[in-house]
Amino acid sequence: MTGSSRPRHLLDFHGWTPERLTALLDNADTMAQVLDRPVKKVPALQGLTVCTAFFENSTRTRVSFELAARRMSADVVSFAAGASSLSKGESLRDTVEVLTAYKVDAYVVRHHAAGAAHLVARYSGKPVINAGDGRRAHPTQALLDAYTIRQEFGTLEGKTVAIIGDVRHSRVARSNAELLPKLGARVVLCGPATLLPADLAALPGVTLTTDPREAVRGAHAVMALRLQQERMNAGYLASLQEYADHYQVNERLMREAESGAIALHPGPMNRDLEISSDVADGPRSRIVQQVENGQAVRMSVLYHLLVGRE
Amino acid sequence: MTQLTITNIKRPGSDQLESVTVENGVIRGWNLGDLGDVIDGRGGTVAPALIELHAHLREPGQTEKEDLASGLAAAAAGGYGTVVSMPNTSPVVDDPAIVRALIEKAEGLGFARLRPAAALTKGQKGEHLAELAFLKEAGAAMFTDDGRTNENARVLRLGLEYARSLGMVVSVHAEDASLRADGVMNEGPVSEELGLPGNPAAAEAARVARDLEIVAQTGARLHVQHLSTARALDLMREAKRRGLPVTCEVCPHHLTLTDETLRSFDALYKVAPPLRTQTDADHLLEGLLDGTVDCLATDHAPHTRAEKERDLLEAPFGIASIELAFPLMWTRLGERLGLEKLLDLMTAAPARVMGWPEPTLEEGAPADLVVLDLETEREVNPAEFRSKAKFSPWAGEWLRGWPLLTVVGGKVAFRREGEGVE
Ligand SMILES: [Zn+2]
Repeated sequence: MTGSSRPRHLLDFHGWTPERLTALLDNADTMAQVLDRPVKKVPALQGLTVCTAFFENSTRTRVSFELAARRMSADVVSFAAGASSLSKGESLRDTVEVLTAYKVDAYVVRHHAAGAAHLVARYSGKPVINAGDGRRAHPTQALLDAYTIRQEFGTLEGKTVAIIGDVRHSRVARSNAELLPKLGARVVLCGPATLLPADLAALPGVTLTTDPREAVRGAHAVMALRLQQERMNAGYLASLQEYADHYQVNERLMREAESGAIALHPGPMNRDLEISSDVADGPRSRIVQQVENGQAVRMSVLYHLLVGRE
Repeated sequence: MTQLTITNIKRPGSDQLESVTVENGVIRGWNLGDLGDVIDGRGGTVAPALIELHAHLREPGQTEKEDLASGLAAAAAGGYGTVVSMPNTSPVVDDPAIVRALIEKAEGLGFARLRPAAALTKGQKGEHLAELAFLKEAGAAMFTDDGRTNENARVLRLGLEYARSLGMVVSVHAEDASLRADGVMNEGPVSEELGLPGNPAAAEAARVARDLEIVAQTGARLHVQHLSTARALDLMREAKRRGLPVTCEVCPHHLTLTDETLRSFDALYKVAPPLRTQTDADHLLEGLLDGTVDCLATDHAPHTRAEKERDLLEAPFGIASIELAFPLMWTRLGERLGLEKLLDLMTAAPARVMGWPEPTLEEGAPADLVVLDLETEREVNPAEFRSKAKFSPWAGEWLRGWPLLTVVGGKVAFRREGEGVE
């Protein structure tokens, strides 16, 4: 068994030391080698059952986790529920207790409400990986972003990452803002004032700006966030056109960044809205690598929580 | 004739053990000997029974959360002799017949007295005034749309003017609904870090400012409920300096908890208005000390356990606290406030807000009494609550100041057996 300080869950990065996070990323290198073999399977999690509990739809994320679990020989059971059973009066706790009766060994949880993964962890007592909870956190996405940047530059130490778009509603932005400074990087969050909560400036290692040119100046990585088109109807934006004009990550903006800067996007993209096609498909883009790295990083996380080693 | 003597009790500020005899619902006198039934007060401190201006008893229609019997028993266990219930039930208390039915039912229960508040507007929809004169005749204690915010300022103005002509208090849940939006907790660094939609302090201050201007225009009596922010409190302070006929209350949870508790993602801490910052809590306490805050009220808001075990977006707002409000205040803030001030805030002050006679321990006064154990620490054990909401943010904490005995109308409404001071 390992030390008592070892986190049992990956809900966010609370309680995760830089050393342990680095170990996770190092281990993802090993997992990436597995994925390069003709037979992409190891017996690490044989006999264990992972439940993907998706209270909110996300096929891409679910497939990535399920493949990661299967490549390590885990059994996978998937539970999908809209908010329907819950709105009929069933508490989240009731649902989790039913799932726990199936004797699963770990949960991967996606939910529309911030903190829901924390509740699943409390009620199930099993290791929980947060696969996105409301605006709160999407830690494996942040880890694969960090992994992708590290792959490019060898380190995150001293690097600057600009994250541009709908920061307010973005769990990806929050998770990156929590993770990257722990690994020595500086994070600049940028977006129109209505989508950039000033209170986020309280996070260590994080600065805010509404000016995208200022945000990318000196940046080694520039990440565009997905813009939900309904933000316009909710009054956060005057028009999508105005947004794209000012905040789109395009070649013109990328020229302001460091010369070797890379472009990232958590997907799925609204092409030519938050990101231009010439950047998304261009030589600076690492968007395909992000997806690839996602599987290795998730294998590493599952391994770390379910088997683990110092 | 019913007679009851409580022996071995101390009046606040005195170490002398005395006895009080109550007869036919009033205090007959002090140290008259063991007349009638005798109850040993075990050295506790006697005070007028507490008065609650803001409790949700959920009857009619939401009795899975609470009902008159459980809610008024819980109140008596908390030392309360009188409870003003909120009208946001199902149906809404906007009909004189409902007011009468509630009062009649509560009288038969023998716990705390019930004084129902009635809705200010029909269905609490904020559009048309309820039949305020009929509601008053039926026994309504005051008018409020608590649980709903009075978005239409003109309707509030009309309600205040009408209530003024009836000599009645209007109380308001002061929150601008458009600014509050979908907020589930205080807006600030914590809500942003947690990714939860925030409710800005400005939602409360903006609404208080609007309502105070309406009071200045109409001269009507307004009571502002459950203030949570420093800024809204400053507005109240200024209004009182101007001589406006306004009063306000604060709740124990806003004085003793902050938005940091939401880091647990536990919906126990989801309440409206939300738990704010330590700075706000400190200001509220200052407001109690300098008289800006008129009284304490619990906003006892019970829900079922299943509802509170949902995620933070889905779970309903509210903390149930009527059974431990006094111990909580005494343990946490007793030193700052002093016993006399704390008792005033929970007995005479709410009576003054309502325009009721101030409760006293003098001969001839109504025999609504509480005997408090100010010494013995007991653990908060929600399983023992009389309320149906058997969970609490303070579960497991050790508090002093538990009621040993509550007498309402000369009859025992609550008695804690077998422990306490001696
Ligand atoms: Zn209210």
